Amino acid sequence: MASITNVGAARRVAAPTGGGKKGQGWVALAYLWPGLTGFVVFIVVPLVGSLVISLFEWPLFGSPTFIGVANYEKLFGDPTFYTVLFNTVVFAFVYTALNLALALGIALWLNTRLRFAGFWRVIFFLPAITPMVANALIWRLLLSQDGLVNSLLGGAGVEGPSWLSDSQFALASVIAMSVWQSFGYNVIVLSAGLGAIPKEILEASRMDGTTAWTRLRHIILPMLSPALFFTMTMTMIGAFQVFVQPQILTQGGPGEATNTFVLYLYRNGFVFDRLGYASALAWMLFLVVMLITALQFAGQRRWVNYDK
Amino acid sequence: MTSDLIGTASAGPASTEVRMPAASAPSRPSRGRLRPAQRRAVLVTWANTAAIGLVALVFTFPFIWMFFSALKPEDEVFGTPSLFGSEVRWQNFTDAWTLVPFGRFILNGFLVSLLGALLSVVVAVLSAYAFSRLRFRFRDRIFLLYVFTLVLPQEVLVVPLFIMMNKLGLVDSYVALIVPFAFTAFGTFLMRQFFLTIPIEYEEAALIDGASRFRTLRSVLLPQLTAPLSVLAVFSFIGYYNSYLWPLIVINSPDLATVPLGLSMFTGEHGTQWSLLMAASTISVLPSLVIVALLQRQLIKGVALGGFGGR
Repeated sequence: MASITNVGAARRVAAPTGGGKKGQGWVALAYLWPGLTGFVVFIVVPLVGSLVISLFEWPLFGSPTFIGVANYEKLFGDPTFYTVLFNTVVFAFVYTALNLALALGIALWLNTRLRFAGFWRVIFFLPAITPMVANALIWRLLLSQDGLVNSLLGGAGVEGPSWLSDSQFALASVIAMSVWQSFGYNVIVLSAGLGAIPKEILEASRMDGTTAWTRLRHIILPMLSPALFFTMTMTMIGAFQVFVQPQILTQGGPGEATNTFVLYLYRNGFVFDRLGYASALAWMLFLVVMLITALQFAGQRRWVNYDK
Repeated sequence: MTSDLIGTASAGPASTEVRMPAASAPSRPSRGRLRPAQRRAVLVTWANTAAIGLVALVFTFPFIWMFFSALKPEDEVFGTPSLFGSEVRWQNFTDAWTLVPFGRFILNGFLVSLLGALLSVVVAVLSAYAFSRLRFRFRDRIFLLYVFTLVLPQEVLVVPLFIMMNKLGLVDSYVALIVPFAFTAFGTFLMRQFFLTIPIEYEEAALIDGASRFRTLRSVLLPQLTAPLSVLAVFSFIGYYNSYLWPLIVINSPDLATVPLGLSMFTGEHGTQWSLLMAASTISVLPSLVIVALLQRQLIKGVALGGFGGR
């Protein structure tokens, strides 16, 4: 901190702002070095490092051996890799779709005539900031064989399945918990987007005798499309990182039914002692997320409306 | 801002509140003399409020069930769908506290989260100042690289980070918990957005008066940015407090475990005591509840403007 103050003091003699074409490189460096150093050491270097490590057989303790692309060859011949890729993609798409549909529905509802809209918004936001481990534990209790959900179903004369240990329902349960946990976040972003739509436009349209559906379809959704695109992209990126929910709810099971990319990555690296293989997985994850994000950006021209 | 019949009591940001159409409230008659159309509107509003209240109750039910399960005797947690057990066992909370060193987990959690948030904010403010107020070579390219890493899954970094921490002998330390995740581009990006909203003339006046750049940052810029600063601090805090994967990897000893890691230690070892686990979960969500209760307006503004973050 002291060094920064000193540099600032030294600037006193120089021109205040915009001093010449040369720019303010040294001053900038004084402000930038903590962030830039950390950025390079903890993000750029590990990102490159991950690629390098993926070319080694690298045990937790002991010396690494260079094996070239063998980890990637092994990965493409590993049936579990395809399973976790499939599970993660299914999770990501279903979760994102449900998340956005619910968030949009609730945001639109909160935008109608009702009281305490802010309070309800906070309620839906709550699970997004409470520890996900705690949230997942609560759902494990609710969804267990003789938990509340099945007791209630039993009361209605239905015998509930074992939600978390039946491969038919396990992934759906993980998705349900995840949507509950996080859609309130998007409710807030979409509410802000809705709030930015000028009331006059909707009022004018209403006077022209349009139905609520027409206004939603032809005014609200097009004007909300940048916010929808943003939430969709960020939700999808987050979805590919799913880890806590399957780890706490199902331990990836039954079998591999809820094993996901990051769970498999964690296990390979830190349970099976294969850091190189885990890094190869990490790079595949990175490529998949990049690809999906690029596709979303490419597709936005067809439906996102940026002119005001 | 005219006061209206509906909506003034709502707690949300003004921009998203719903107003009565101006035409229907010209003279604001007292409650007893509402015209039929207005009375109907008020009724619809309250029915709508009750309906969303019901949805919100169902939505919150997992938390309610958690709390009541925490008060039950262990053998009554499963089975009968009733909020209360045969007795209300407040001692579950003290038992949970002593079964594992839960106080220690909370203390660790707070320490790590406070220091982490502080470091994140200082770094973000300094970087954002440079990116928004200074001109230097490669500025826009470096910033683009920062923005690019916003879509980088952090899980890609954990293996090399672990190896790095291991080589430095920092595995199982507070430093390993705090430092690696204080440099995410998110804070810099968010603060830069806010810096750009403040006209540069404010600082120019101070600079011409002979203030140093750091002084203008501290006494001109930052006082106008207390809200976004506190939002960033709170989001960093929550991010650290709730983080699970990295502590799971880098921490071995219970003495250094943070809250989520401590919670997961409950299950497994000697079978799961669900009533105690739910008591511990209740304790662990309390800080978040308090933060939301105190800062909901600013948090919501932060989410709306920053959009992403939190974790």
